[in-house]
Amino acid sequence: MEIWDKEGEHRLISIKDVIKTYHSKGGAVKAVDHVNLEINEGEIFGVIGYSGAGKSTLIRMLNGLEIPTTGSINVAGREVSKIKGAKLRKARQEISMIFQHFNLLWSRTVADNIAFPLEIAGVPKPKRDQRVKELIQLVGLDGREKAFPSQLSGGQKQRVGIARALANNPQVLLCDEATSALDPQTTDSILELLVDINKRLGLTIVLITHEMHVIRKICHRVAVMEAGKIVESGPVLEVFKNPKQPITKRFVQQVTEPEETRDTIDHLLDRFPHGQVVQLTFVGEAAEQPLITELIRQYELTVNILQGKISQTQHGSYGTLFIHLDGDEREVEKAISYISSQGVGMEVIENG
Amino acid sequence: MDEFLNDIKWDKLIEATNETIYMTSISVVATFIIGLLLGLLLFLTGKGGLWQNRLINFVIAAFVNVFRSIPFIILIVLLIPFTRALVGSMLGANAALPALIIGAAPFYARMVEIALREIDKGVIEAAQSMGANHFQIIFKVLIPESLPALISGLTVTTISLVSFTAMAGVIGAGGLGHFAYLEGFQRNRPLITLVATIAILILVFIIQFIGDYFTKKTDKR
Ligand SMILES: Nc1ncnc2c1ncn2[C@@H]1O[C@H](COP(=O)(O)OP(=O)(O)OP(=O)(O)O)[C@@H](O)[C@H]1O
Ligand SMILES: [Mg+2]
Repeated sequence: MEIWDKEGEHRLISIKDVIKTYHSKGGAVKAVDHVNLEINEGEIFGVIGYSGAGKSTLIRMLNGLEIPTTGSINVAGREVSKIKGAKLRKARQEISMIFQHFNLLWSRTVADNIAFPLEIAGVPKPKRDQRVKELIQLVGLDGREKAFPSQLSGGQKQRVGIARALANNPQVLLCDEATSALDPQTTDSILELLVDINKRLGLTIVLITHEMHVIRKICHRVAVMEAGKIVESGPVLEVFKNPKQPITKRFVQQVTEPEETRDTIDHLLDRFPHGQVVQLTFVGEAAEQPLITELIRQYELTVNILQGKISQTQHGSYGTLFIHLDGDEREVEKAISYISSQGVGMEVIENG
Repeated sequence: MDEFLNDIKWDKLIEATNETIYMTSISVVATFIIGLLLGLLLFLTGKGGLWQNRLINFVIAAFVNVFRSIPFIILIVLLIPFTRALVGSMLGANAALPALIIGAAPFYARMVEIALREIDKGVIEAAQSMGANHFQIIFKVLIPESLPALISGLTVTTISLVSFTAMAGVIGAGGLGHFAYLEGFQRNRPLITLVATIAILILVFIIQFIGDYFTKKTDKR
């Protein structure tokens, strides 16, 4: 069954009314609660939530590692929530997965780890060797094919994980906290690799994380999960621009505002009794405009940059900037109305 | 000293050593196969296992525990009717084999189960997520990933088997135990007992050395 949505995008994954309940000694836990999601082909889709939100449970239902209590899950034309046995195993070769702790076979070399899914799929030896070579090159592990996982760094291990996941030319790559065990720099290099794979192979990627940084860096769309429910979703930039739920706001703050911002605003207002403190929110192209330069050139003002942070997302920049405008009252007012005409979000911070 | 050495029937010692090696090797091979099978079944039918099944798990666990708890010397006696029916006699090295195997396999099965439990659950899950079937998971993941522990467990089991053969020897199975008991103890020649003991020790050291070598060689962690 092929489904096309209004914009003509090919819908690859659809999750309909899915509930997953676990029964344990303490009673029933609804790990996933009435989730509906549609993911398009070629998209990098992120699910973010705090620990225990149900992210892993959700993503594990996409390859049948968990079966929904009710509802249906369709991936690449297959009803994953219903199929079993050989059919499910075949489907799994097209829906591959990478893990937080890499889950490599320590008894096998890098090359043999990558060959593993090919052995499972019954690919003959000469073809397997050829494919392993290609994959090693794709993930940048040339020269390490004879090494054992214990001799690799975390980032290299995840590269093996990615190569292994790509071996059978899957349609979907599921990433369960794939960078959570890595340092920030290694995280960035793995994320870049994922973007590269997404662009080069057109591979659909579903990733779950608790770091907004990861969403910001590579996702096209995001869903925010809390207590088993999707509480908010949309294109990453939209969500950054206009977070609705308190939890989403907190996640957005993770990447746009230095931790201490809120606390220091009052302090800023005390320091600048004259003029105005203004918070600017840049989204998309607006972030690239030389707004501050224009302000200084066109108006008789002193502009102090107090604090700010600009982040890149897949569809442009997003950021906040706190500035202090000082000068003649009329000039300040004119400057403020100029800013609002520039498609930049603006909020005048009042003395509370 | 020369006198003493001449006193020892070297050809008999060599024959006894060969018998011990024969009994140990055959029973090790059988113990490995049966123990691995039982251990795998214990693991797979256990909680959270691929073939989770309370009843089968309980039955195997009970069997393993019972035979692991019976002292070997009593096990031999208990198994006399069974051995007679199977081998036809109670004398000779072959007569010792059923008791050796039934005594050692449950012991090894537990070690196999422990070794398999040590495998990271995530690795099994990764194999499943790649579409591996149960056969592939057993032969490509479970056994290779637990190989060092399987080998070190087999080393310990083999050494126990050497001492089991000595006990079986006293009852009439031949081997170094028999030699020490009959030629040394009963004829009151302690030197012969000592020489037989040294032969057993050398055997144990060789087994330990080979076992350690392969455990280290297979461990890439
Ligand atoms: N096999 C299970 N049996 C019982 N409860 C479970 C099981 N798996 C998950 N849960 C429960 O379901 C809820 C969601 O768990 P899940 O692992 O999906 O969260 P998560 O968002 O991935 O969290 P984390 O970021 O910590 O990985 C938790 O309350 C958890 O305790
Ligand atoms: Mg999780």
